[in-house]
Amino acid sequence: MNKSLWATALVVAGFALPAFAQQQITIVNFGGANANAQKKAYYDPFEKATGIKVVPVEYNGEQAKIKAMVETKKVTWDVVEVESPDVARGCDEGLFDKLDYGKIGSKADYVPAAVSECGIGVFVWSTVMAYNGDKLKTAPTTWADFWDTKKFPGKRALRKGARYNLEFALMADGVKPADVYKVLATKEGAERAFKKLTELKPNIQWWEAGAQPPQFLVAGDVVMSTAYNGRIDAANREGKNLKITWTGGIYDLDYWVIPKGTPNKDAAVKFIAFASQPETQAEYAKNIAYGPTNNKALAKLDAKVLAGLPTSPANSKDALQFNIKFWADQGEELEKRFASWAAQ
Amino acid sequence: MNTAAIAAPGIANARALQRSLAQAERRRKLRGISLTLPLLVFLLLTFLTPIAVLLKRAIENPEVATALPRTVAALQAWDRRDVPPDGAFAALAADLGALPDRADAGNLARRLNSEVSGARSLVMNAYKALPLEGAGSAADAKARLLDADPRWNEPKFWQAIAKNGARWTPDYLLASVDLRRDAAGNVERMAPDQRAFGRILVRTFGISAAVTLWCLLLGYPLAYWLSTLSARRANVLMILVLVPFWTSILVRVAAWIVLLQSAGLVNRSLMGLGLIEQPLALLFNRTGVIVAMVHILLPFMILPLYSVMKSVPPTYLRAAVSLGSSPLAAFFRVYVPQTYPGIGAGALLVFILSIGYYVTPALLGGPDDQMLSYYVAQYANVTVNWGMACALGAVLLAATLVLYAVYRRIVRAELSLG
Repeated sequence: MNKSLWATALVVAGFALPAFAQQQITIVNFGGANANAQKKAYYDPFEKATGIKVVPVEYNGEQAKIKAMVETKKVTWDVVEVESPDVARGCDEGLFDKLDYGKIGSKADYVPAAVSECGIGVFVWSTVMAYNGDKLKTAPTTWADFWDTKKFPGKRALRKGARYNLEFALMADGVKPADVYKVLATKEGAERAFKKLTELKPNIQWWEAGAQPPQFLVAGDVVMSTAYNGRIDAANREGKNLKITWTGGIYDLDYWVIPKGTPNKDAAVKFIAFASQPETQAEYAKNIAYGPTNNKALAKLDAKVLAGLPTSPANSKDALQFNIKFWADQGEELEKRFASWAAQ
Repeated sequence: MNTAAIAAPGIANARALQRSLAQAERRRKLRGISLTLPLLVFLLLTFLTPIAVLLKRAIENPEVATALPRTVAALQAWDRRDVPPDGAFAALAADLGALPDRADAGNLARRLNSEVSGARSLVMNAYKALPLEGAGSAADAKARLLDADPRWNEPKFWQAIAKNGARWTPDYLLASVDLRRDAAGNVERMAPDQRAFGRILVRTFGISAAVTLWCLLLGYPLAYWLSTLSARRANVLMILVLVPFWTSILVRVAAWIVLLQSAGLVNRSLMGLGLIEQPLALLFNRTGVIVAMVHILLPFMILPLYSVMKSVPPTYLRAAVSLGSSPLAAFFRVYVPQTYPGIGAGALLVFILSIGYYVTPALLGGPDDQMLSYYVAQYANVTVNWGMACALGAVLLAATLVLYAVYRRIVRAELSLG
């Protein structure tokens, strides 16, 4: 009896001691190729530099989990990567802590969109038109081409939902990128976007996860697809020949945020500061074709890497910046309208 | 003493006996209850309470009432048509100024935005323009609010505030059946481009009914065949039914993607046999959803059918045939009616399980194959409109209860017939 008690105590101590000795933080990301690049550029070097263990967790952007944690005051996520519409929204609703830029870096070093009250940009990514270079001989150059089923017969893949698709539809209908959100904000504009989507409806195959578009393109299920540019880049690193048309792409940022009430706030801030340095961001961009938010990182990248980033001048020339405010206001109604449209 | 009691069994004694008997009975019952108590508490905590909370969330509407009490009071007398009186602007400025935390403004903004698009930025703009208390007169407050955002001149935002002044609302439940209250509070149908859930509910039932029917058509002959085999062989074959049943749903869904894609096994073999020229579209449409759901839910049909069929004596069928019935007629008129309880139980299980399906349609279907749960998830996770998510959940719950009641009636009728 006594012996087993001792044994138990030893085992418990064995588990407890390293936990005390080594601090750890939980970092939540979107998984996939992006998570691998983050591990290489941020998590592993951070562990080495600070001795703080990083526990990566994958999620799909569900803000409900953060809300539930903050409301019940049981916050187990320390740093979370969130999409742009959720930064301002979560900040307004008190889900995230305000960032102290004094501990992170000079605001002037970052692209303007990356600096936000509760979040700092992780990377710039773009939703673009992609096709398989082995199967499509003539390159589609505009969204009008994407909609042109005579010139390019076959199915197209679009993300399930209203976001991005309405913008693409308007551009296909001849609206200039600069005017897209102005038009979409009007009743007629939204009508016009849905009407244009209806045109393509019989030829659409929908995707749900970012990993699907490259699969569809490689398998030949679709001739063109909207896709996250980093996923296309990841497929090409595996020897595929997928191509991107940057014209009319929609670029956007993901942000690091700290859920309110995390017990490891200091370590979380330390991590964000670490991941916002030019060196680590440059390393990240080498691993996946997403643009750094720290301007100084660009100088550390060679021309070949730069050419694949959404932030390069050639690629961002005819691109559209995602309008966070528009979608924060209109998102719920437009998504419901999309559900109604899809059911027709 | 003893002999006396036996010699004179008085009424008092009989009562005492009765009492002690009743006591013993009560004690026994208490012990019985105390044994089931953990289960009852468990059920209460993990099942009934969450459902009660869900139903409460579906009608709860605290955001506006908590954040804007003065504004709601000031809007009482308003005709809800034109721009409200200046007093309402002053009350709004005072209310926003009195909010203890930015999170309260954020919650108010979210609630109003799900009512009128654009209210999120409107409320947050006004909140960020604070403090407005410095404004002297009501007209001054109005001017400063309009300065922060000119949209405060649009009655629709004020109507949303006035309408949501109460702590409880039928709005979420109404919205889940495509109804809404207009500015004056009368119930009307939603604008056509916002009507979705009626059709989605019909679609949910349609897919579930199709899945149930296919499960029955495929499961019945299989269960019958299994029930005629010897116990040893039936057990071996039963493993084949159960192994997929124990495999993770995600794995099975992924397997179907591999099989059904246009360069997948099914399409390639069909093209190889020369049956089709072009690959069939089997994935990301209704076909894919139904195929995978039938595969996943088939065991829930086979198992109850099998257990009922096992208990049907084969002698009845033989008796019917020996009395001159044709084998087919005997099967349908003698055998099948005896398996109705199994059909009922299997069909109900499959149907109720399919109504709540989420992952399979999300991964294998297009946007017009999504069932109600998809939208519950969307509202809970993406839009973070938990009132709406709970209302849709309540609709699902109600549908399940109604179905169960119907089933009970049918099964009872069946039993009384037998």
